[in-house]
Amino acid sequence: MPLLSVENLGVEFQTPDGTVNAVNGLSFTVDQGETLAIVGESGSGKSQTAFATMGLLARNGRATGKVHFDGQELLALPERDLNRIRGDAVSMIFQDPMTSLNPYLKVGPQMIEVLQLHKGVGKRAARDEAVRMLDAVRIPDAKARLNQYPHEFSGGMRQRIMIAMSLLCRPKLLIADEPTTALDVTVQAQIMKLLAEIRQEFGTAMILITHDLGIVADSCDRTLVMYGGRVMEEGPTDALFAKPSHPYTVGLMKAVPRLDVDQDDLQTIPGEPPDMSRLPKGCPFSPRCAHVRDICRGTMPPLEPHGPLLRACHAPPAEVEKEITA
Amino acid sequence: MSLLQVRNLDVTFDINPRGAWPWTPPLKLQAVKDMSFDLEAGQTLGVVGESGSGKSTLARAIVGTVPSSGGEILWEGRDLRQMSPRDRRRHRRDVQMVFQDPLAALNPRMNVGQIIAEPLLTHYPDTTKAEARRRAGEMMERVGLLPNLLNRYPHEFSGGQCQRIGIARALVLEPRLLICDEPVSALDVSVQAQVVNLLKKLSREMGLSMIFIAHDLSVVKHVSDRTLVMYLGRKMEEGGAKEIVRAPRHPYTQALIASVPIPDPERERARVRPVIEGELPSPVNPPSGCVFRTRCPKARPDCAEGVPPMLEPDPGHRVACPYQEVISPLERTA
Repeated sequence: MPLLSVENLGVEFQTPDGTVNAVNGLSFTVDQGETLAIVGESGSGKSQTAFATMGLLARNGRATGKVHFDGQELLALPERDLNRIRGDAVSMIFQDPMTSLNPYLKVGPQMIEVLQLHKGVGKRAARDEAVRMLDAVRIPDAKARLNQYPHEFSGGMRQRIMIAMSLLCRPKLLIADEPTTALDVTVQAQIMKLLAEIRQEFGTAMILITHDLGIVADSCDRTLVMYGGRVMEEGPTDALFAKPSHPYTVGLMKAVPRLDVDQDDLQTIPGEPPDMSRLPKGCPFSPRCAHVRDICRGTMPPLEPHGPLLRACHAPPAEVEKEITA
Repeated sequence: MSLLQVRNLDVTFDINPRGAWPWTPPLKLQAVKDMSFDLEAGQTLGVVGESGSGKSTLARAIVGTVPSSGGEILWEGRDLRQMSPRDRRRHRRDVQMVFQDPLAALNPRMNVGQIIAEPLLTHYPDTTKAEARRRAGEMMERVGLLPNLLNRYPHEFSGGQCQRIGIARALVLEPRLLICDEPVSALDVSVQAQVVNLLKKLSREMGLSMIFIAHDLSVVKHVSDRTLVMYLGRKMEEGGAKEIVRAPRHPYTQALIASVPIPDPERERARVRPVIEGELPSPVNPPSGCVFRTRCPKARPDCAEGVPPMLEPDPGHRVACPYQEVISPLERTA
């Protein structure tokens, strides 16, 4: 049985401009120790999926569907029970570590608080554990640094602290929302390496939310590509990168300039990412799609298996696949 | 003669530490140190480096918005600091900039027509309103926007479209050098490709020189003819854009390339990716000798002593490391 199973998840926001459907009919699972990448551009609903799973939606947001985690239905849980799970069995790392750490508190108390709350351990034991965890994320001189404020750390170090904090209770699932987007490439490489090592050591499952295909290729077992709040394509990372069969996945891969290949002009996806309050009927990608046909503008294609992949597209796979080799 | 020659450029900022006495001398922050390069007409120079490496300061010094504290910037052979007011006006017209945050760079209270025409009216006050509007419309088309959107305001456009407007505004004066400071890093992948292609096309069509600043080596390699790698304000390596990625010689360039993940799982797994430790040291108190030595995998004791000389192992390929050798982190496999 999977650790996390999300079924038919929908997220909608009530705004002055009407109802915005940020996520529609999203289903996926994450197994114990597995890493799932959710890839998409801004507005694709990838972060809202994570927030909905954790019960962290903004006040005007509402989640529908089912989120099953480790035998419990998260969406139905009251705040009090959720608080017992969040930060304990499931924890989250955000893009900007400075805004997720409390600037008024030294790092030590912030970390100790987590352990006291969830594990009911004493202050001294919690402090020792915090030092151990800072050591594990390779923060030199961990004991002394517990007495420093977040602003005294560099960006990369802050993200390490966030990772250490999220791992304090040995979560079964770690959700990382663009954990390296604000960091320099050399530091990004350090953090990704650290996450990989820690996953191995603790056997933590991970959902990695990112827009960077390079990171996905580097570190994820399975990949889910989102656009306009829906799944476009999903499958094992190797298979998906080797032979993508959805026009959006193909377009994304061809639009990225590559270090290891010399390209003339980058192939572009015409148009702009969709305005979520004015989604087109049918497939959200249809206005930008090169393989669009009449049916796409009326009905959203169902997610259907194609080899090891699942794809939501009316165009036959062969027609799309030949584009990646061309 | 080169369009732009930068010779031993230094840019220093005075920093007053918090809590210091008013009479304590300020700390010196060396944002750019001993920087030299040439830019030929019609060429694109890419500048890469991590945040804090001095890329943007270099750009501002060339535009003239930040004073240099040493060295020379020669625009068509004339030193920026000794220019007559007339030449300086021409230099300001000839060098234009595109910024990172497309929405923040546009005045929210001006419509797009006014935004694009403003530089024109500043530099050529005789231009009639009708003429300015016509030119603005032309520029809109040139950057791939519909000219009938001239009366719209910046907030009505998406990020990619705002960046196009920023480009139109920079190009309306028909500059000879366009400095793009992280022009695509705030954009989505699919839109980033559109803007990159647009910049390449425009520079080709208009015979424009570009300085393209980015932290993303893949984009820089794609856009530029030559690439300059900066670290803590210093030049580490300079060479042909493809060359430098294929056969980097400086340990820092090699580390940068090794840090970039490649969107191909098979290749990515086969690749050896040595990760360099630590982060950028403080530019107020840079390491002695070679500034990269504190993170360099090849550092030796003597790296702390003298500033490494700029070597030229191949014509046009310069490396600031005496222990330079070609290592290609792209092809290194286990």
